[in-house]
Amino acid sequence: MAKITKAPPPPPSAHAQPLPEVTSALLSELVAHLRQNRAQLREEWIRRITEAQLLTAMTKEEIFAEATSVFDNYVEVLETGSIEALQAYARNLSERIIPRGVETQEVVGIVLLLRDVLARSLFQKYQSNFDLLNRVLDAYEPAANRIANTVAVGFVQERERIIRQQQEAIRELSTPVLQVRERLLILPIIGVIDPQRARQLTEQLLRGIRANRAKVVVIDITGVPSIDSNVANHLVQTVEASRLMGATVIVTGLSSEIAQTLVTIGVDLGKMKTVGDLQGGIEEAERLLGYKVTSAAEAAGFINSRP
Amino acid sequence: MEVPILKQGDYLIASIQSALSDADLLKLQEELAERVGKFRSRGVIVDVTVLDVMDSFATRTMRSIAHMLKLRGAEAVIVGIQPEVAFAMVQLGLTLEDVATALDLEEGLAYLQQRAKGEQESVK
Repeated sequence: MAKITKAPPPPPSAHAQPLPEVTSALLSELVAHLRQNRAQLREEWIRRITEAQLLTAMTKEEIFAEATSVFDNYVEVLETGSIEALQAYARNLSERIIPRGVETQEVVGIVLLLRDVLARSLFQKYQSNFDLLNRVLDAYEPAANRIANTVAVGFVQERERIIRQQQEAIRELSTPVLQVRERLLILPIIGVIDPQRARQLTEQLLRGIRANRAKVVVIDITGVPSIDSNVANHLVQTVEASRLMGATVIVTGLSSEIAQTLVTIGVDLGKMKTVGDLQGGIEEAERLLGYKVTSAAEAAGFINSRP
Repeated sequence: MEVPILKQGDYLIASIQSALSDADLLKLQEELAERVGKFRSRGVIVDVTVLDVMDSFATRTMRSIAHMLKLRGAEAVIVGIQPEVAFAMVQLGLTLEDVATALDLEEGLAYLQQRAKGEQESVK
């Protein structure tokens, strides 16, 4: 049994690259076959989807409806060779199912399953004629792979588009500069600060200082989970730039983790005024601006707080 | 281009009108030092609103103006640094640490007046 066997000779090139006319003839035969057995193939496909526990976020009826339209699109693309319709459908499908929590692997999975189901049926049909089967597969495989590719890419692109859109929305929402009192601004920062956002924050704050003629700014970072040295330096720069515009900055809400990080990485916070919480920061700012807040009762003399 | 220096009560106002060369800056420094003595001014406001860039030389000159005027008995305030300029300056590490700054001319005057009042009170 120690005989060295040679690798099988490569298939004749006519099989690998069939002539276009032959391919299209085979494809139309193929399409006719798939149309004829539509109901049965679709049934089989859905069974395999359920078996593989894909698309669990969707109901059985929804899967049936989607499967039908995917199947019809699939066969149509095989017939016409135009993937544009499929691209549009893939985009549309993605738009509908991404919010349902369908994962990339599921989408790729169902398309590959359909490819397998159809290939199986081809095996069955042409099992008597191996040569013909080979040629049918030569025609079928590139088209099927291109479809799988298109759907997967369409899904991922749609996803990325949504992510980009959301990132922009978050970026726009996340940097309000608010006036609390005449000449007093607050800048509550929530969420992770990346360098881009830090830069945007600074620009907005400086513009806000000019627009509102602010003298004191309270930057509240209670909602910031962590800070790295870049962001810390940026914060220091923001404080200094604000001072150049004649405004004092008070930073509030440094969590103990952030305080520890800043001390560990050795950021020079000597130039920064810090107060424990937002309330304290606003009180300090009012003091700097010369406000004195008293309750109405105290002002009327009902509470005799002074001797 | 020369910088006009206006006298306003106890204060001098140097209002920069266009981008300045290094020589213009040095001239401004000299003029201010001289006028502060001549008018016995208590404060000087340098308005840089029109400048869209402050390089290291300009920043250093502003600092030396402030230090020098202090020695001559006047307080200097730089006013009107624009947001973009302020941002660019801190990125270059030019922060004018010990120089007073204010948003605009009005704020600068208010600052000087408050300082004067504070000094009077501390004397009392």
